[in-house]
Amino acid sequence: MIHHTVIEEAAYNIMAKAAIDIPEDYLTGIKGMIDLETGDLSAFVLKAMVENYEAATEDRRPMCADTGLPRYYVKVGDKARVEGFTGIERALRSATARATHDVPLRPNRVHPLWRTDHNNNVGLNAPEVEWSFEPEVDWIDITTVHKGGLFGSDYRMLFPGDGIDGIKRFLLDTLIAFGKRGLACQPAIIGVGLGGSKDTCMQLGKQAACLRVVGDRNPDPKVAELELELKDVANGIGMGAMGFVGSSMCVDMHIECGHTHTGGMPVSVHTFCLSSRRATARIHADGKIAYRTDPNWFTPYMRRETVGWEEANPAAAEMSS
Amino acid sequence: MTRIKQHRLSLPARSEDIAKLAPGEIVYFDGIVYTAREGVYERVLGQGGALPVENLSAISNVNFHCSPAAAPDGETYRIGGVTATASFRFSKWMADWLDLTGTKIVIGKGGMPREDYEKILAPRGAVYLTTVGYGTGALLGRGVKGVEAVHWLDDLGIAQAMWMFRVENFGPFIVDSDLTGASLFALQGDIVNQRIASLYDGLKPPALHRYGETDDRKKEVM
Repeated sequence: MIHHTVIEEAAYNIMAKAAIDIPEDYLTGIKGMIDLETGDLSAFVLKAMVENYEAATEDRRPMCADTGLPRYYVKVGDKARVEGFTGIERALRSATARATHDVPLRPNRVHPLWRTDHNNNVGLNAPEVEWSFEPEVDWIDITTVHKGGLFGSDYRMLFPGDGIDGIKRFLLDTLIAFGKRGLACQPAIIGVGLGGSKDTCMQLGKQAACLRVVGDRNPDPKVAELELELKDVANGIGMGAMGFVGSSMCVDMHIECGHTHTGGMPVSVHTFCLSSRRATARIHADGKIAYRTDPNWFTPYMRRETVGWEEANPAAAEMSS
Repeated sequence: MTRIKQHRLSLPARSEDIAKLAPGEIVYFDGIVYTAREGVYERVLGQGGALPVENLSAISNVNFHCSPAAAPDGETYRIGGVTATASFRFSKWMADWLDLTGTKIVIGKGGMPREDYEKILAPRGAVYLTTVGYGTGALLGRGVKGVEAVHWLDDLGIAQAMWMFRVENFGPFIVDSDLTGASLFALQGDIVNQRIASLYDGLKPPALHRYGETDDRKKEVM
């Protein structure tokens, strides 16, 4: 049995880790870009950012004061035993409120109309909790992502006739619009959602940006190729950090697809900023917690295409029989 | 890489020091920096409220567009990260605010609308500085040595309150505009813009022409 107290402990700890410690994959990616950056000012900004990550970790303070909109992604194993699901959500809300005070995080969450602030990042539909499941395992993974939310993401309904050109056009429009003066805080991990219904398209793009690590490629070889092609498009704009002249727009490009309406090709673009904050905790059946920075959200099960998991994965069928 | 010139200024900043700042140079501060954004502007300029401090410019003439990640800590406050917020939204208040307060340095994210540098800031002897990369919250947090005072915390909340930070080696900031109204963002944007049209060369036109893809709102979508 995994108890709610353990879930709250894990959630509280990843709140601090996400806000303070830059994930290693992103740090390595940024360091690699400094050497390639063609613009002096853009290169200066990247170096200052690396110093900032070091200061954050040394001082245990948030790397960026805009600690974004903290939220959770929860993956529950088929064989995990829990006390109850509303209790998990309560534990996540409690961890958010406590971490907001203790880290401290900025209490960004306000009512959209009255701008009232509970000063704890908890409120109507906040923090968001997205659920997924995993066959054959008895653990629970909890990932938190602290992402800003004002600039850098957009959606457009394209049509099959628009093709890859349409995707490139939309990507350029979005990156140029929000890249100027660095409103999107590039270089970013860019997530592109393709297909699904409109809301799924937004969700997939966001998850692609926030829940996959630098260097990860989509398992579909053609999609993987498109990821690299779009990355080159982004870095060929001629804009670097803060919109200064340069070449550092995209640390990595991740695409996630969903089957969509036969007449359409919805596309979304999301940029996960220079403070790409994510942290994951795995809570094992015995209550032990292990921390990491790769959410490993898009498992083969998440990307299944057939009715049942067993049909796509005979090994799983064998294990469960 | 060319060496970028760095300045270290004591606050309140003297006009002769401000005159030396050129777009693209780096600045660090010692002294008092205050935060003010829409909550403070609306209260003072929108509703005609009095400033919470007399002779503000004698204490600080640096307005930081910022909301700190702060939490109460006994009698005082713990400041975690400090990061700017996007300044262009405050454009409509800037002229009156600079006149009222004597503020000479505005720090924020993303700069001001192009015409503001020449029309609003430069005529008032004021310059605009940008934070670096917008996420150096930890470096800036290190530079905040204490909270001298915080005003309207109960009414406006942590994010919108007027914080008076005592700072030391507070930076880095990049000079965006100078006293002639020249802007680094404008200059760099012009260079980037030269290439933009060519990026779309060879891409076929979109299937649907909607707002977002066109500015012409009389045009049909098909």
